[in-house]
Amino acid sequence: MAGTLAEKVWDAHLVRRGANGEPDLLYIDLHLVHEVTSPQAFEGLRLAGRPVRRPDLTIATEDHNTPTLDIDLPIADLTSRTQIETLRANAREFGVRLHSLGDADQGIVHQVGPQLGLTMPGLTVVCGDSHTSTHGAFGALAFGIGTSEVEHVLATQTLPLAPFKTMAITVNGQLPPGATSKDIILAIIAKIGTGGGQGYVLEYRGEAIRSLSMEARMTICNMSIEAGARAGMIAPDETTFEYLKGRPHAPEGADWDAAVEYWRTLRTDDDATFDAEVVLEAADLEPFVTWGTNPGQGLPLSANVPVPAQIADENERVAAERALEYMGLEPGTPLRDIAVDTVFIGSCTNGRIEDLRSVAKVLQGRTKADGVRVLVVPSSARVRLQAEAEGLDVIFKEFGAEWRNAGCSMCLGMNPDQLAPGERAASTSNRNFEGRQGKGGRTHLVSPLVAAATAVRGTLSSVADLDLPDGVDLTTFDGSPLAPLAEPSLV
Amino acid sequence: MEKFTTHTGVGVPLRRSNVDTDQIIPAVYLKRITRTGFEDALFAAWRGDPSFVLNQDAYKTGSVLVAGPDFGTGSSREHAVWALKDYGFKVVLASRFADIFRGNSGKQGLVAGIVAQEDVELLWKVLETKPGTEVTVDLEHRTAQADDVTVPFQIDDYTRWRLMEGLDDIGLTLSHEEDIAAFEAQREPWRPRTLPAKHLPTVPVEPARPVRA
Ligand code: SF4
Repeated sequence: MAGTLAEKVWDAHLVRRGANGEPDLLYIDLHLVHEVTSPQAFEGLRLAGRPVRRPDLTIATEDHNTPTLDIDLPIADLTSRTQIETLRANAREFGVRLHSLGDADQGIVHQVGPQLGLTMPGLTVVCGDSHTSTHGAFGALAFGIGTSEVEHVLATQTLPLAPFKTMAITVNGQLPPGATSKDIILAIIAKIGTGGGQGYVLEYRGEAIRSLSMEARMTICNMSIEAGARAGMIAPDETTFEYLKGRPHAPEGADWDAAVEYWRTLRTDDDATFDAEVVLEAADLEPFVTWGTNPGQGLPLSANVPVPAQIADENERVAAERALEYMGLEPGTPLRDIAVDTVFIGSCTNGRIEDLRSVAKVLQGRTKADGVRVLVVPSSARVRLQAEAEGLDVIFKEFGAEWRNAGCSMCLGMNPDQLAPGERAASTSNRNFEGRQGKGGRTHLVSPLVAAATAVRGTLSSVADLDLPDGVDLTTFDGSPLAPLAEPSLV
Repeated sequence: MEKFTTHTGVGVPLRRSNVDTDQIIPAVYLKRITRTGFEDALFAAWRGDPSFVLNQDAYKTGSVLVAGPDFGTGSSREHAVWALKDYGFKVVLASRFADIFRGNSGKQGLVAGIVAQEDVELLWKVLETKPGTEVTVDLEHRTAQADDVTVPFQIDDYTRWRLMEGLDDIGLTLSHEEDIAAFEAQREPWRPRTLPAKHLPTVPVEPARPVRA
């Protein structure tokens, strides 16, 4: 029977089909664990006297709470330290592999899976974190779960799940210069709304998606959850196999061949149907920024802050009024005139090596705008070392940015990197909710290129606002280094 | 988990849409490692505002929350459900919920009932004109009644059955242990294992020191 990509992966993991409204029981191939959503799950296991069923399908890392400065010193914040120490004790007690602060494979959980080659096409991947959808970029069915589900997976390596609907999001054509995969996903969310994907697994397809690198695809899938979707997926192709080959946990020899043969079948059949379809033209896209307090409140950078009085829908109007009040913005202001205090480049959305390379290309030889704080935070220690090997850190430091250790950092106000009340940031992260980056902090979500240009000019800007030398191609994230940099290699 | 059949308690009108989990419980509270004691964290950013609904005497003891559409969006944190439960809420009614939030609720014994937006408006009207009105939620018949208004709500059959039986999820799954073992026996060898650990070459990690201007 014809099926979509998501349905194929689902069917391949059925332990038991539910009858009479009971959910299906699905097997979980890979369970990622971090310090925030796991303590109570392990506590639950201990109370019930249950072991972790498959420690060999489980991996943990420290990310949300970890400081990005002074990682060699004890964590100053007591509750953060408690969570981290609890994870370490639990990992030891239950035999779970853990990458701790100071380990080269420590980093944001959604970077660690792909970089170790654990994330592969056709897997089911779960983690107690909503941005688990990131792993869907490989053609895995990957979604965030709550703490009691974390406990469930630890105890049984399965999850009872109700079926989902499927939505095709087709992005035709090619992106114009200066626009990135971040702009694609921000435009999609603005189009379908923060609830538009609810109940759906999204499948991104079309020429624009196919021509993206793995990392750029991860950015798109990462933010599927911001459209309300359960998961986002992209069918695996040569780009995917290329990325995986040779990574530590990638299959080898005959296993590799068998895997690739299977992975090639992981695409939506031509005669399969989706429950909903959305189409976008990449050529129409330009750099996107958010003006409000949810990721759906975004507009092209050339637009103005919306005027609530002109919004017909009452709920939306009230939401816009509230958002503008929180954001401290006047209706009608050109978005380009908005000055920021901080630029944050990092997170599981845009803290990978290609993001850092593209930012470095923009920042090289320039200095930051007066009074702007610029934070560059790699998504994992490995990414940091790679960036340093390529000399990117020198470019950042000469520009006047702070170069930090890996972690979630300013993506959320759980560690020392926070916005002060009223402070405004251009951020490459994924959520602009009230207080997300610190109490009273104001967030504009942007692509790494917009973040970089904004750091140069001090107001929300795109690279088109800078005089870049002719021929510098910022959209092809091929990883080609700038002339003086060393050849990139996996450290 | 306690069995849930009906519940009667003060209804709280929360006239906001898109209440995300960061608003239900801000990230700073997620650092706790226990499963209970999150009542102080519920809606923390709004609790300082005297006009906020839970700061009004009539609603303080509320246990049935009637919220605007898209409740529980954003982060998957289950703490959102714990905070609601620890505060004393047994039921949340709204016209739309985020999937993860709804899933989490069912597992923790919090009823998340879907009510048509017109009906939410009806309930809000009753609860706002007569603050402190009790709402009776009947899970068996899937109705919520406040004063002379009775509205139906939706909840899927399975979740309803689980809530009414007060069943623990893991126990239920482990009763299918044989099926799980059979599935494991036929998994392909290319599927990854985290153990034994394989690494890229190890490199010492020295802290990055920022250059400050
Ligand atoms: S970087 Fe942000 S979104 Fe990603 S896992 Fe960390 S806190 Fe969550």
